[in-house]
Amino acid sequence: MTDHFIQDKTTKVTVNLEGAEQKMDFNDLKSGGFIKQRQKDLFTVRLRCPGGKLTTEKLIEISKIAHKYSKKGVVHFSFRQSLEILYVDYKEFNAIVAELEKIGQKVASCGPRVRVPTACGGCEYNPNGLTDTQKMAEMVDKTFFGTPTPHKFKTSFSGCPIDCARTKEMDLGFQGVVDPKWEEEACTGCTICAEACKEGAIESDPDTGKPIFDPLKCIWCGDCIRACPTEAWRPKRYGHIVRIGGKHGRHPMEAVEVCSFLPDEKVADAIRLTIEWYNANGKRGERIGNTLKRVGLDNYLKFMEPVFQNNETVKA
Amino acid sequence: MSESGAHATLDLRGVMCPINFVKTKLKLEMMSPGEVLEVILDSGEPIQNVPKSIKEEGHRIIEVKKEGDFFRLKVEKG
Repeated sequence: MTDHFIQDKTTKVTVNLEGAEQKMDFNDLKSGGFIKQRQKDLFTVRLRCPGGKLTTEKLIEISKIAHKYSKKGVVHFSFRQSLEILYVDYKEFNAIVAELEKIGQKVASCGPRVRVPTACGGCEYNPNGLTDTQKMAEMVDKTFFGTPTPHKFKTSFSGCPIDCARTKEMDLGFQGVVDPKWEEEACTGCTICAEACKEGAIESDPDTGKPIFDPLKCIWCGDCIRACPTEAWRPKRYGHIVRIGGKHGRHPMEAVEVCSFLPDEKVADAIRLTIEWYNANGKRGERIGNTLKRVGLDNYLKFMEPVFQNNETVKA
Repeated sequence: MSESGAHATLDLRGVMCPINFVKTKLKLEMMSPGEVLEVILDSGEPIQNVPKSIKEEGHRIIEVKKEGDFFRLKVEKG
């Protein structure tokens, strides 16, 4: 505990890797998810947990490894849903990585690349969920994790307009929506939908009790569909609102909405093309929000037309 | 069966979320499939939330009547 508060400024050390003596630059390690701590020789090992989901089986195994390698016996839940093992000695990197690999647990990354996607619970078990955010996060992690970009590139998936995964603060965020459709024959004029709508988008006809729908006020949450006793409100289509250019940090920026009702099967294309545009237009160290400000949103939207066309683009 | 055509009635006026739903659920669990429970709910949050929870549990709302600032629901146990 003597060196607990000693700040270690070294970035290069000599290390014995696979039998050969090498100079290792601690800054390079960030790309591999090893983050230098204040304390001499000690690092945080960030694990890769897309959507913040782990099987209990794996969690037990991770606990054992963390207990073995963390000099203080502590882990930390990162702000992006990953588990971080704290106080790991860099001399034990090879050993800890090998043990993690054995249980199928990968290490995350930092730096200028596509990061591990975050996600809420989604429609699998959350009653408000409209999209399978966990499945999408897994897909994005598998397909795009680690892809180099001019600066960090964060994605997230929220299953509904409550937006727990904060898509408005992401470089590229996807938020679940549903387009409600009303069928008069099934409606009994009970007025529950008007009561259930928190946005004032549904009013009841004073005579019949039947809904009068204002699409301009609707935020596509599906409360009317879930509340309707007779299935008169039904889902017409599900999709994602796509938001781009958000970030937090020292100078937060709110993402702008560039597409609504993007279907699941177009999400990968949207990400692929966005990364392509970002790599072609972004300066080193510039978040995509600032690239958009400098180059112009129109330029981006034109590039994205093959993916976004036929889906409504709103409030661009 | 009462005059309202329900096997039982729960007056949940003044009962907050989610206690109103829990009470509804417990009552329904004591009933047989096909039996009808009448539930009286306040407008606002209770009527926004309780009907969808009832549906999610697999029951059917067969009648809804608005009476002033409360709602009278008939729920058929699923």
